[in-house]
Amino acid sequence: MTSALNPKYSFDTFVVGAANRLAVTAGRTVAESPGAAYNPLFIYSGSGLGKTHLLMAVGHAAKKAAPKLNIEYLTLDEYVEAFHASVAAGQGDAFRRRFQNVDVLLVDDVQFLTNRKEMQSELLRLTEALQAAGRQIVLTSDRPPPEIADLDERLISRLSGGLVVDMGTPDYETRVAILRRKAEERGARFEPGVLETVAQAEVGNVRELMGALNRLVAFQAVNDTSINAETVKQILGLVGEEGGTAPAGDGRAAAPGKGGGGAGGGDEFGEFLADVTVTVGKAVEAWRARVGEAVLRWEGEGYRTHRLEALLQRDAPGAVDDAIAAFAEDVERLKALEAEVAELDPQAAGQSVFRDPERLSEAEEAAAKVRDGAAPPPGPSAAFPLATFAVGPSNQVAVSAARAALERPGKKYNPLVLVGKSGLGKTHLLNAIGLELTRGKRAVVACLSTQAFIDELIAAIDGDRVDWWRARYRRATALLLDDIHLLTGKERTQEELFNLFNLLQDKDRQLVFTAPAHPNTLSGLEERIVSRLEGGLVAELKEPDRDVKRAVLERLLTQQGTNPEPALVDYLADRPTDSVRSLVSLLQRVLGAAAAQDGPLSAGLAREVLEGQAPRDTRRPSGFRASGLVVSSLGGIKSREKVVWDWDDVSDRVIEEFR
Amino acid sequence: MSLVNFTTREITCKIVYYGPGRSGKTTNLHYIYGRVPDSRRGRMVSLATQTDRTLFFDFLPIDLGQISGFSTRFQLYTVPGQVYYNATRRLVLQGADGVVFVGDSQARQLDENLESLQNLQSNLLEHGVDIRTIPLVLQYNKQDLPRELILSPADLDDALNFRAVPSFGADALHGKGVFETLKGISELVLKKLAAGTPA
Repeated sequence: MTSALNPKYSFDTFVVGAANRLAVTAGRTVAESPGAAYNPLFIYSGSGLGKTHLLMAVGHAAKKAAPKLNIEYLTLDEYVEAFHASVAAGQGDAFRRRFQNVDVLLVDDVQFLTNRKEMQSELLRLTEALQAAGRQIVLTSDRPPPEIADLDERLISRLSGGLVVDMGTPDYETRVAILRRKAEERGARFEPGVLETVAQAEVGNVRELMGALNRLVAFQAVNDTSINAETVKQILGLVGEEGGTAPAGDGRAAAPGKGGGGAGGGDEFGEFLADVTVTVGKAVEAWRARVGEAVLRWEGEGYRTHRLEALLQRDAPGAVDDAIAAFAEDVERLKALEAEVAELDPQAAGQSVFRDPERLSEAEEAAAKVRDGAAPPPGPSAAFPLATFAVGPSNQVAVSAARAALERPGKKYNPLVLVGKSGLGKTHLLNAIGLELTRGKRAVVACLSTQAFIDELIAAIDGDRVDWWRARYRRATALLLDDIHLLTGKERTQEELFNLFNLLQDKDRQLVFTAPAHPNTLSGLEERIVSRLEGGLVAELKEPDRDVKRAVLERLLTQQGTNPEPALVDYLADRPTDSVRSLVSLLQRVLGAAAAQDGPLSAGLAREVLEGQAPRDTRRPSGFRASGLVVSSLGGIKSREKVVWDWDDVSDRVIEEFR
Repeated sequence: MSLVNFTTREITCKIVYYGPGRSGKTTNLHYIYGRVPDSRRGRMVSLATQTDRTLFFDFLPIDLGQISGFSTRFQLYTVPGQVYYNATRRLVLQGADGVVFVGDSQARQLDENLESLQNLQSNLLEHGVDIRTIPLVLQYNKQDLPRELILSPADLDDALNFRAVPSFGADALHGKGVFETLKGISELVLKKLAAGTPA
């Protein structure tokens, strides 16, 4: 990547004249004590006046003075190339480190910094770092820093901060000296006056001078005759010439000197060629460069750039900028999709489809799929607030456990298993916990009946969407399953729940289950599930005590719009009932009777209904549920909610209530 | 034809020198031929009558070598200027990427210039090309003739250049303005690449 120093380019071979003395002196000083004198040293001159020679001479001299120095010479183009290569390889930092360890950095042709903003800032950073570390920087350019187009102000001041010297066109004496030395190097001998004649020619730089010398050397070699001052003029076309003689002169001059650009007529074509080159460069390459840049950029970000590469294969540029813009837009869309998907399902975000703008529609589909899967799992029913849960000695343990779990979800009692017979308010308490948990930040509370859980899994298997089904529950911050005993015999669901259980528990997410009896008494549950359920807290809800009953009755009557008569409440609360649900059933009968007789609701009526003969009409005025859910009575008789009263299986009833 | 082929990385420009008879189209090509190094030029094909009038067309291929990685070729054609060779003119004009209209600066040739320009327009139209969209430059040749015989480039601009395309005064015999004209048309043709539509 870095050019080696050309051994020919040393101070010994550098011809010093008035035009370059200052530059050479500065160069020598810098080489003797790098980093101490002029830092940075900025040398500028026209083309072919010895910038590269001087730069390499500094390198040689510095190396000679201190062989251990790490000296790096490179042209700006090489620097840029190296930078791009390391960026492409993802090694941008290595690139910086590499150059920050250089003792003497020699950079040639920095005028090419024009329009390279990123390289300018890179060079600025490097210059600052090297200067701070006392390392030497020498730069060359064909013009002084302020004249380099589009150069960053900071870089200008930085580059001008050391010493800026120029090298002019060599004067006649220097030219003669240069020619003599070069002739000597080549072992060529010329008659006196020959080199002086060459030196008299108006040349803009040393390279042209070398070209002229080369032609003379070649001519002498080919013709085997030594040339004199007169023939020199002919060979070099220095004689005054008119348009008509130009082709002849051109032909003669071209014969000996292969490298010669030719004079006169040839220039017109050369100029034309240069012109066309510039135009082609602007027209063709500019667009290619834009596409190339875009490819590099997006490739670097890990996107597939087939579409852009295909642009380069096309016959004509077409609307390249539009294409690039469209590509960028697609990439932005992909980014957005990926970010969205990553939020929902990190695994899905890794799909290659999110890195290929060609497959944007697929990406959209994939994202949509993930989004579907991301639909939150069923949450708790709002009908069961914790506030309405009647608390008494019979369920005190369970309620305190619930409150403790709510205080520190996932940390205190995990899992929490609420057990108790049917109709004691397990479902209410479960949903109440769920509702409280949803108040948390970013909470995703899955709260559903085990039957619904099983049904969802079956539907997912059926629709080949088990993965999203899993993802959906895995995102849950809490999982609450009602009637866990329904897992009996559902092997696949047990398997899934087992995995889900472990995963959520690992992440300290709250798990709550309800069951009619202690887990170890439930048959058909796998041992591993049972042991996990037992691993938390199993809290029992017992038959409702008087306090609970009173609270329930008062609440229901209030809800019914009836003023709860204490005698009635006392009477009903004292009736032997083994569950809240049967208590509600009692109340229903009394209410039904009251409605049938169109009489007042009283303890007397209740006693008559419950202890005397049953009222003829058992029409229920309105549907009370054990859970407190009030069902509209108008036309509701035909609805399933009404019919479920007659269902034998308690668990089925619960499911139908909330789905 | 495809002007720029990114697959084979070739640029081929077909430039047609158009204009009235004896305006100096072939002279332009001869001058260019003389300035292009041997290695860069193909054989110049010239089908001329005994009196040196272009009978069919002149063809000069120039190889500009690798430019920005594209091997670049220019094909310069002239059309026969005489009115009765219109079929040939139309044929040569087919697939042209750019047109140099070589006008005769002599005052008495003004009508011929106008006629030829109109002929160019209609022939282009035959190929479905709008003269306003194809790269076109004007060259006012024979500016070396005595002043009293010719019109100045400014006058000719007024008379001919109503589309305000680039125009060049020239003396094709001695080469003045020849390469300027070629540069002018090349630039227009190549710039069309940037616009993105192949000519």
